[in-house]
Amino acid sequence: MQVIYKKPEALGEKEFTYCPGCHHGIIHRLVAEVVDELGIREKTLVVAPIGCSVFAYQFFNMDGTVAPHGRAPAVATGIKRSRPDLMVFTYQGDGDLAAIGTAEIIHAANRGEKITTIFVNNAIYGMTGGQMAPTTLLGMKTTTTPYGRKAENDGYPMHMCEFLKEAKGVAYLARTKVTTPQDVEKTKKAIKKAFLAQINELGFGMVEILSTCPTNWGIDPITSMKWLEENMIPEYPLGVFVDKVGDEK
Amino acid sequence: MEKVMVKGTEAIGEAAIRAGCRHFFGYPITPQSELPEYMSKRLPEVDGVFLQTESEVATVNMLYGAACTGTRVMTSTSSPGFSLMMEGVSYIACAQLPAVFVNVVRGGPGLGDIQPAQGDYWQATKGGGHGDYKLITLAPSTVQEAVDLTVLAFDLADKYRNPALILADGLLGQMMEPVVFPDFRDLSTLPDHSSWAMTGAKGRKPHLITSFDIDPYVLEKMNLVLVEKYKEIEKKEIRWEEYKTEDANIVITAFGTIGRIAKSVVDMARKDGIKVGLFRPITVWPFPYEPLEKLADKVDMFFDVEMNMGQMLEDVLISIKGRKPVKFYSRMGGVVPTPNEIYEALKKEIGR
Repeated sequence: MQVIYKKPEALGEKEFTYCPGCHHGIIHRLVAEVVDELGIREKTLVVAPIGCSVFAYQFFNMDGTVAPHGRAPAVATGIKRSRPDLMVFTYQGDGDLAAIGTAEIIHAANRGEKITTIFVNNAIYGMTGGQMAPTTLLGMKTTTTPYGRKAENDGYPMHMCEFLKEAKGVAYLARTKVTTPQDVEKTKKAIKKAFLAQINELGFGMVEILSTCPTNWGIDPITSMKWLEENMIPEYPLGVFVDKVGDEK
Repeated sequence: MEKVMVKGTEAIGEAAIRAGCRHFFGYPITPQSELPEYMSKRLPEVDGVFLQTESEVATVNMLYGAACTGTRVMTSTSSPGFSLMMEGVSYIACAQLPAVFVNVVRGGPGLGDIQPAQGDYWQATKGGGHGDYKLITLAPSTVQEAVDLTVLAFDLADKYRNPALILADGLLGQMMEPVVFPDFRDLSTLPDHSSWAMTGAKGRKPHLITSFDIDPYVLEKMNLVLVEKYKEIEKKEIRWEEYKTEDANIVITAFGTIGRIAKSVVDMARKDGIKVGLFRPITVWPFPYEPLEKLADKVDMFFDVEMNMGQMLEDVLISIKGRKPVKFYSRMGGVVPTPNEIYEALKKEIGR
């Protein structure tokens, strides 16, 4: 019997602990598939964040650590500068990357740090229980915006790709989603390019992936997908913002 | 051995390179900016890496990352900068990573000033970051000692997989003195960290370096591992200097540069026939409690001198256990007392 679909080697044995309908599982798998296809598992290091994906290091079959809140790009910088031969990626949520860790991501990107960042944007704080994130939409109700996010009080949703595309050190930058099989394929290609930016020593690579949080959004997984399409896409348009990697040969 | 005239900050930098450090991440802050400046010039000459970071917060996390790969790594900063690093120091201590910090202490609290002070003693020795952890803290009093302790800091950090701190101050950082540098360490002789370092999971199970466990019983076990390690360090690594304590009636306790000023006070007092000695902790954590306690049998009085509100004083009192009087003299805000001022204060205490 021929095996045509199996668990990537870059994923470990431990079962995911994410909520039903959460997209972390899909995204983890895509990262693992890319790492396998590039043949870099044995020299790739994961820097996990704080938040729901704090356990990411347990799910990948590779060396890993957990950075303090928002500091994954700095930790990854320390790793990469001490061992340029290793591949290192950070896996960060919107609270981690776009709030407490804004300085670290901007400076790592601007230095052209040869690291890869997987940025999962679900517009809310997950693990801490559904508070407002920098990416929370205007009018969106969270536990700290019970009347809905208001620009005059809470500021506007943060557009990280739009900010980072101006940084000269960025070699690849894209925003994707994983709500359809076609989107999953596109996201995988984007992740691969973000890693190629590192492998080819072109600079910093990041993929922002729009994601659902049925638990904290308070809606079921199917409705969450629809909500993402209808509400997040107008605010966070998909696309490739920077691509110095070029097409695969 | 050739003696060279060199500034404290630069001497520490050169000592670090000779100890095998090839990675320095740092952010400028007075009065220690000459150290990153020195490293930015010197490290490329030895195929090392210097990176000026965006903040002290980023700095400490870069140290964390580099230490994860088993690399000898260092940063230097001054008081407000070290406060910013506290979160990361706690993480590094918990993750049991070797990294060397230099804090050239200045007047505080808050923004303070840029003059020498010792107000970070508690932060260095009692925590500062969150949770139960300890920093191996070495307090040099001369530029030569700063050189020697910098090398020791790397070796102790590696040996115990624990962050080590050089607790200096603006005076030591800025003064020039003749020093003898150690030879360059052969990098191939540095400790092997392959059993735990993150170097890529080739042909082995992944190495996971973290500072947390969600299960309190598992985390407590990890805490106890640290406690045992700290006990071992307390047993094996205390260092101190005694000066003319053999026949002393009064012993001055002082650390760092004021410990050196106190040495002059001892000599001044001896000239007047007052038998004064000096006890200077070199490791302020682990603190040399027992050696100091032994002196309580022999002397009439202790005189603790510091450039803070009396921070090491608490450790002195713990050592003496109330058996002899402990008097205290201090200057703060970046004011460095002269030997005369300290001697006058001492004479006042003993009615001379």
